[in-house]
Amino acid sequence: MPDLLLELFSEEIPARMQAKAADDLRRLVTEKLVAEGLVYEGAKAFATPRRLALTVHGIPARQPDLKTERRGPKVGGPDAAVQGFLKATGLKSLDEAKIQRDAKGDFYIALIEKAGRDAIDVLAEILPVIIRTFPWPKSMRWGARSGKPGSLSWVRPLHAIIATFGPETEEPDVVKFSVDGIETGQTTYGHRFMAPGAISVRRFEDYEAKLKAAKVILDPQARKDIIFADAKELTFAQGFELVEDQVLLDEVSGLVEWPVVMMGSFEEEYLAIPDEVIRATIRNNQKCFVVKDPKTGKLTNKFVLTANIEASDGGKTIVAGNERVIRPRLSDAKFFYETDLKTKLEDRLPKFEQIVFHEKLGTQAERIKRIERLAAEIAPLVGADVAKATRAAHLAKADLLTEVVGEFPEVQGLMGRYYALAQGEDVSVAAACEEHYKPQGPADRVPTDPVSVAVALADKIDTLVGFWAIDEKPTGSKDPYALRRAALGVIRLIAENALRLSLMKVAASALGGMSVKPADAQKLPNDLLAFFADRLKVQLREQGARHDLVDAVFALGGQDDLLMIVRCVEALGKFLETDDGKNLLAGIKRASNILGIEEKKDKRAFDGVPDTALYSLGEEKALAKAIGEVKAEASAAVAKEDFAAAMSAMAKLRPPVDAFFEKVRVNDDDAKVRENRLKLLNEIRSATRAVADFSKIQD
Amino acid sequence: MDASLPAHMRPERSFQGFILALQRFWAEQGCVILQPYDMEMGAGTFHPATTLRALGPKPWNAAYVQPSRRPKDGRYGENPNRMQHYYQFQVIMKPSPPNLQELYLKSLAAIGIDSALHDIRFVEDDWESPTLGAWGLGWECWCDGMEVSQFTYFQQVAGVECAPVAGELTYGLERLAMYVQGVDRVYDLNFNGRDGDAKVTYGDVFLQAEREYSKHNFEVADTAMLFEQFKMAEAACRKYLDAGWKDEKREAHLMALPAYDQCIKASHVFNLLDARGVISVTERQSYILRVRELAKACGEAWIHTEAGGAA
Repeated sequence: MPDLLLELFSEEIPARMQAKAADDLRRLVTEKLVAEGLVYEGAKAFATPRRLALTVHGIPARQPDLKTERRGPKVGGPDAAVQGFLKATGLKSLDEAKIQRDAKGDFYIALIEKAGRDAIDVLAEILPVIIRTFPWPKSMRWGARSGKPGSLSWVRPLHAIIATFGPETEEPDVVKFSVDGIETGQTTYGHRFMAPGAISVRRFEDYEAKLKAAKVILDPQARKDIIFADAKELTFAQGFELVEDQVLLDEVSGLVEWPVVMMGSFEEEYLAIPDEVIRATIRNNQKCFVVKDPKTGKLTNKFVLTANIEASDGGKTIVAGNERVIRPRLSDAKFFYETDLKTKLEDRLPKFEQIVFHEKLGTQAERIKRIERLAAEIAPLVGADVAKATRAAHLAKADLLTEVVGEFPEVQGLMGRYYALAQGEDVSVAAACEEHYKPQGPADRVPTDPVSVAVALADKIDTLVGFWAIDEKPTGSKDPYALRRAALGVIRLIAENALRLSLMKVAASALGGMSVKPADAQKLPNDLLAFFADRLKVQLREQGARHDLVDAVFALGGQDDLLMIVRCVEALGKFLETDDGKNLLAGIKRASNILGIEEKKDKRAFDGVPDTALYSLGEEKALAKAIGEVKAEASAAVAKEDFAAAMSAMAKLRPPVDAFFEKVRVNDDDAKVRENRLKLLNEIRSATRAVADFSKIQD
Repeated sequence: MDASLPAHMRPERSFQGFILALQRFWAEQGCVILQPYDMEMGAGTFHPATTLRALGPKPWNAAYVQPSRRPKDGRYGENPNRMQHYYQFQVIMKPSPPNLQELYLKSLAAIGIDSALHDIRFVEDDWESPTLGAWGLGWECWCDGMEVSQFTYFQQVAGVECAPVAGELTYGLERLAMYVQGVDRVYDLNFNGRDGDAKVTYGDVFLQAEREYSKHNFEVADTAMLFEQFKMAEAACRKYLDAGWKDEKREAHLMALPAYDQCIKASHVFNLLDARGVISVTERQSYILRVRELAKACGEAWIHTEAGGAA
């Protein structure tokens, strides 16, 4: 079966957009093919800085024929309707239509046989549409045609399109179409500098090979492999070790078509700058890798660059040029670092009085004061020294005003730690300057030092309560202040450090410290708690746990001790994996279902206490007794925070519940007995509410 | 490179030769070679030959040097490559020709940057000028890891959609010349390409000015006067725009350029105030917005002028 080769040759595509663009191209073309009845065997897409390419192989040469029936007007219907029907179906006259009878009468039916079209014609129709509507994150117009409306938008000027279609053994055909004056063909171009000439290609196999001969590695993964392997080898050969960096590797591989890896060096004096700052300088500005000495684990004065060319002098000029660029950059960084060290962190704080954190939430200085107060309050709850937590909160944001952080925002916090240590602060205080930002995301490390934990919680809770107070909550995909991340951070700080604290109390206190007073201040902590519950669900779902259990536990209300909630959810999850748990859940669901039906029938609830005098059967009595015991035992266990024991107590309900359903007919003929039995069923429900609302649990 | 040039005029020997080589190259591509605009501005893009001429349907190809003033970047002549006054070389071609990238690379060759020897790269850079109400897509052009030019396809300028799109190239002349001459300090650039006593360096020409203007920009510039000048320029711009309409129909404008001069002035005065540190973070945004409003109004007026392509 034939294959498609598509190449969109353009000016340089931003590195960060290439992978998604390749993926979008593959998805859009193959989805459209399938929708057109052209089921293909395989597809793969590639991107380089100057081209997007797609190969789809095993496409049927023709669409299957399609037979459809189309219902027309009633026999004897108005002429306009008949004419419309003939026009829409292509029938010459009504003689060609069938008549079909149904309940509403006789109708004309057209049998339309649509012959499948050649795949190449279908491609010529769908490809230009995909190109014109391609989902680039940002696209542009260019050239003379941009003066007219409706001109093509592409990520950067598009110059040529290859579109060939044909079986392996034959000369393929060009899929003929044009987009904005660019006619499809079989021509592409090699490396911009090393092989700029035109290349004529037939199909994917010779396309990829000819590109390689013209110094273009089409496959981004292959370019990454080359860069990574060469960089490792180059550093290893000199007794060093590459500092691996996947994100940088992805970016660099999108900046070159023919990677040439080389090593440069800088003056050793710059190694006095913290490693992270050297790395940020070299990585962000120069897109180069840094190198460490395996013996010390510290950076060495080397860097690894990836050029896009085999230069005529073997790369000497390129290395020298990069060294010349890196030198002043490091010189700046060193200057910034040394300048920063001359000012104590606390001496920077007055400037925060001029910096607005958020127009409704006051200045940074006000925010720092709030965090200090909250951190001091949280400190005893998390085992931190109050004085240290206060000091850490006082200094934690100061590095935002340093030169180094101004230049490299990603080292915020870390620089605070360096500067705090340099001015002789306590180690925990210094650590908190860095760690109070953590965890930044689901994969980030959660701090364990109590001082860091106290400041991290205070920072995040102040943020959450503040934005809640001014009603700037996340909606849908919009979360400009990263409040979801902050809430998840709080959850992880509490759960992973096994902390006990009442979120409602802390939130209420944080709110008390705010100068904004929301109208519904009473509701706020509860509202925020519901947000935490949502975050917890997401978190558990991502860990593969059952999020419905969170609902079941939260449904009881009044719970704001996240650790207890997490533990209860864990215990409940384990219990539901046992036979006792599964059967008990089934029993409770059955009870709920019966109750639901009967409640609806009688239009009343059966929530009173059952009358012991009305029990006639042993199973009834046994169940009533078990409910009483389990309720007491489970509640006691929950009070002791022993959720496993609470679940074991629950398990004792299972035999009497099973026996009850086996032997007892709930809908007794005696209305009083029936009512009493329904009340007993309701008791099962209420007994289990010692741990969770089982009705929220999904099967 | 032109082998017939005397040594002191070669782009790798002298700063002035470097500029002349660029001018000559772009002249050969059909650009009109303009002289710098006679007003203080932060970048070559502000020159009406770019800002206004980028608008409207008429073809326009121009190249020029523009002294660029960035009051905040002054370092009293102490920093090896930061200055409050430097030169940009600006090329604008409307509509953007299909081979603009190739032309750019050839221009590098013309100033002594051989693409077989150097690693030249086009690295994503979305250009936006909040004060000009302008944006475009393009690249930073890298030579061996150093940003040497900006390459932009204008999509919108002064709030007006570009139709057709113009391509804009901006070369940081000092930085490029330093690279080509192999010096690490801008003041060491050989300006006239001569040796010995006859040699004039960039420092000889500009170091004194850098020291003086840094002091002026950061310490002394009269802020009360500048605040007043900003208001006056803003008011004058509006006044000229209003007075420029040919008649009530507001279909033809006769005074976009003088109005735009006041916009340029307001922008530079704002930059000076900013350098003096008398504009708070929140106010800053509103000043930028005010300049943008002027730029947009000028753009709107320009497309109603004859040169701006109004019918």
